[in-house]
Amino acid sequence: MIRVGIPRGLYFYKYATLWETFFKGLGAEVIVSDKTNKNTLINGAKTCVSEACLPIKLYFGHVLNLVGKVDLIFTPRFTSISKKQYICPEIGGVPDMIRNSIKIMPMIIDTEINLRKSSKNSWLAALRIGKFITDDREIIRNAYKDALCAYQCERQVLKSGVLIDDFMQESIPLRLIQKRSTKLTVAIIGHSYTVNDSFLNMELIKKLRSYGIGIVTLDMLDYLESKEKCKELDKMLFWDYGTRAYGGVIQLIENGEIDGILALTSFGCGVDSFVDELVEKKIREESDIPFMKLVLDEHSAEAGFCTRLEAFVDIIIRRRTHDTNISTFR
Amino acid sequence: MTLTFPHLGNAYIIAKTLLDDFDAQYVIPPFNTNKTLEIGSKYCSEANCLPFKLFVGNMIQANDLGADAMLVTGGCGPCKLGYFGEMLKRTACDIGIKMEIITLEVPEQGLGELASRIKKVSGTSNFLNIAKVAYAAKNVAIQMDNLEKLARVKRARQLEVGSVDRIYRAFQNDIINIKGSKNVLQFIKHTEKKLNGVLIHENTNPLKVGFVGEIYTTIEPYANFDLEKTLGNMGVEVDRRVTISEWILNDMIRKGLHLPKDRSHEKAAKEYLGKIVGGHTHHTIGNSVIHAKEGYDGVIHMYPLGCMPEIVSQSILPAVEEDYKIPIMTVIRDEMTGEAGFNTRVEAFVDLLIKRREEHTYGQDKMLFGY
Repeated sequence: MIRVGIPRGLYFYKYATLWETFFKGLGAEVIVSDKTNKNTLINGAKTCVSEACLPIKLYFGHVLNLVGKVDLIFTPRFTSISKKQYICPEIGGVPDMIRNSIKIMPMIIDTEINLRKSSKNSWLAALRIGKFITDDREIIRNAYKDALCAYQCERQVLKSGVLIDDFMQESIPLRLIQKRSTKLTVAIIGHSYTVNDSFLNMELIKKLRSYGIGIVTLDMLDYLESKEKCKELDKMLFWDYGTRAYGGVIQLIENGEIDGILALTSFGCGVDSFVDELVEKKIREESDIPFMKLVLDEHSAEAGFCTRLEAFVDIIIRRRTHDTNISTFR
Repeated sequence: MTLTFPHLGNAYIIAKTLLDDFDAQYVIPPFNTNKTLEIGSKYCSEANCLPFKLFVGNMIQANDLGADAMLVTGGCGPCKLGYFGEMLKRTACDIGIKMEIITLEVPEQGLGELASRIKKVSGTSNFLNIAKVAYAAKNVAIQMDNLEKLARVKRARQLEVGSVDRIYRAFQNDIINIKGSKNVLQFIKHTEKKLNGVLIHENTNPLKVGFVGEIYTTIEPYANFDLEKTLGNMGVEVDRRVTISEWILNDMIRKGLHLPKDRSHEKAAKEYLGKIVGGHTHHTIGNSVIHAKEGYDGVIHMYPLGCMPEIVSQSILPAVEEDYKIPIMTVIRDEMTGEAGFNTRVEAFVDLLIKRREEHTYGQDKMLFGY
């Protein structure tokens, strides 16, 4: 049985179900790298150029974690995951970065995934990936169908307000209890790989929950609606994340039930440097929702992070209890 | 409407000829200085890249001189450059200056929108006329790059240090007063003759260094601390394959008209880089390989902090370095970079290259001295 390794980083958080189901359907053994820990970061930062952003460094760490354990490593070359949109160039180049930086490597699957022109390309990509493992076209087709089905199911559940982490682990009743027990809601704007990696964001979600705060992420919002909302810009953002974030924020503002918005970004993220600026302006101009931007890198200290978070939560709570009938204060 | 445009090396000469031929009113913003960068950084978020900060600086300084519309080029690649126009619009709005941004690209609204934008600049909708003027501007771009190339070659061989710079500076001073593409071309020819008359060391074999990286930092002398001049006056011949004319020909004209492009760099980079990443990654890797094959002594790679595509190149270049045995140095520029520190690094690199050449003549095969 061929062992396929999937690094737990970047788009894994978005497509974990899809990929795992697909490879299992092909009859391969799927090995996912360990959860992010300090060693992942240390190893990754050692191998990667220092200018790359934190998620890329962690991805390197995850790949290193898999070396020696698997026969194939799945590091797809993402160019685009939606029509007329690109993703960040660094993620597009990550297979090449890995190939040229890590000396001893098992074979990697670096098939290009490019849905810029047509979404049918995803089937072609699946076919090419499947060829690494089996030559039977029928098996690949079935695995692809199953994977798509599993992914769509996951998306449906996520849209009802469930975090990816919970989807993987917890039972449905537990989810409902958690959902009911929250009084305040905070939206976290960030790439799925920063929001869902609890080591990278220093347990942000757990910390917010311990204050009794419910969380909304961009994965819970409808993408097509976001895209529609983005049309108010003179020129559409050509980054997938940009569309999701900008359109998502408009949706959140219009919804009006959000108590605060946190932007989570990693230092040196080129896409965020533009998108977060647009998003911040939008929030400040068109709403009175408190907004805070948290920048993460490998030197971020937890104490400072907690202090800022506490202050932010205090603001939100105080607003709820003291500010109800008086015009809001920014 | 008074037009303006951001600086990018000698691009102002091309833009100037174009606008002169159209009889448009325009202002050339002051050349990039620390002041420009200071103004730019003041109004930008810190995470934005150096080119954007300088663009904003140019915009504000030109506005002080009376400009109210700015020409920028666009694109829709994954690199941030494609969104500069939109962000400049918003920044102008925030600062509170009146500045219309005209992005020269094919927008989502289609070709009609592009035509109306061109009409704003040209003041005429006679297609033949526009094509004629654009053709003349393209010729100026090509001649300009040839002149720059000649200056680089002569500078490395000049008998008296500074003789090329004198001619070049005089050229930059005088060109501002010359109007019309014909006169500009003539003046370029004239300067070329002067440069050819410079006394040079015959039969020397100067060190050859390739200069690769992000297009703005490699072309704009302010952004790279005039690296070409510094190296040239040290007796090093610099070559830069990414030029304005190459960019106009390949990425604007040939791509726009779907003509076959020059793909030599893509072929050279194929081994290291699969599909497009955006920006100038293919150029950086491919040109490094081409330089190595042509027997250059070293390559200097430069990009502004936070440039996403070049981070990819930076992590691939060590593999090129090893495979082709060519030393490559990466320098990153941001608004905190000090010129003295930068020059020290460049000098040290050149020293090592000189030593390397000596050793190689005696048959040793080390990457660099002391490696």
